[in-house]
Amino acid sequence: MIDIKKEQENNYLLIHVEGEADASSAINLDNIIREAFDESHQNILIDCTNLNYISSAGLGVFMSYIEEISTNSVNFILFGLSEKVMKVFGILGLDQLLTIKKTKEEATALLNGV
Amino acid sequence: MRKFVTEVLNEHEISEIEINMMVLAVDEVCANVIIHGLQSNPLESVRLDISFDQKGVWFDIVDKGDGFDIINYNEPKIEDLIKKKNKGGIGIMLVRKIMDEIQIKSTKEGNTLRLFKKIDHI
Repeated sequence: MIDIKKEQENNYLLIHVEGEADASSAINLDNIIREAFDESHQNILIDCTNLNYISSAGLGVFMSYIEEISTNSVNFILFGLSEKVMKVFGILGLDQLLTIKKTKEEATALLNGV
Repeated sequence: MRKFVTEVLNEHEISEIEINMMVLAVDEVCANVIIHGLQSNPLESVRLDISFDQKGVWFDIVDKGDGFDIINYNEPKIEDLIKKKNKGGIGIMLVRKIMDEIQIKSTKEGNTLRLFKKIDHI
C-alpha cells in the first residue's frame, strides 16, 4: 500500500510518499512525479518520512527521472529517509545520483541557497 | 510474503537493516518469478522455505513456471538504464549485491532458486 499526497508550499511542490513503494504500487508514485514534471515544476521535494519500504520498482521510478532532473535543471530533493530505506538507495549508488537530505529544513535550505 | 520473512528473521538476532535487505532480495526474486516465470497467472503459486545453518540463512524459492537463469543473466549497466530513463532492470542487481550466494536447480518438478545470506552472530 502506498499513499501519496502533494501540496504547493512556498516556492516548491511537496510530495509526501507514505507506506510501501513496491512492484504493485510504484506506478502511483511514477504518475505523480510524471505529473509534476509535465507541469514544469522547477522545485520538487519528496517527503519520505513515512516511506517504510522500497523495492527495485520504487527505486526504478526515481532512477528514471535522473536524466530529466539534470537536463531540465530541476531541483529534485528527497528527505526524511529512514536508515533502512537509505541503505537500499545506497546498494546501487543511487544515493549519489539523487539529491538526498536528512530533513525538510536542510532540503529547503539547499533550495533557497542558504 | 514480506511479513512472513520479517517474522521468521525477527526471531533471530538480526538488525532491522539486515532484515530489510533480505526481505527486499526475496521480494525481488518472487516478483520476478511471478511476473516473468509465471506470467502473473493468479492460479500459480510460489513456495518459500527459510532455513538456518551455522553460517547464515537460506531462502528457497520454488515455482513451476518457465524458470529464470539468474546466474547467467547478463545484467545491464545502471548508467545505460539512467540514460534510457528505464524504470526496470535493477531487481536482480539488488539481489546479487545483497546475497552472498545464489544457486539454481531446475527439475521436472519445478525450479528452485536458493539464496544464502551470511549472518555473523547466529
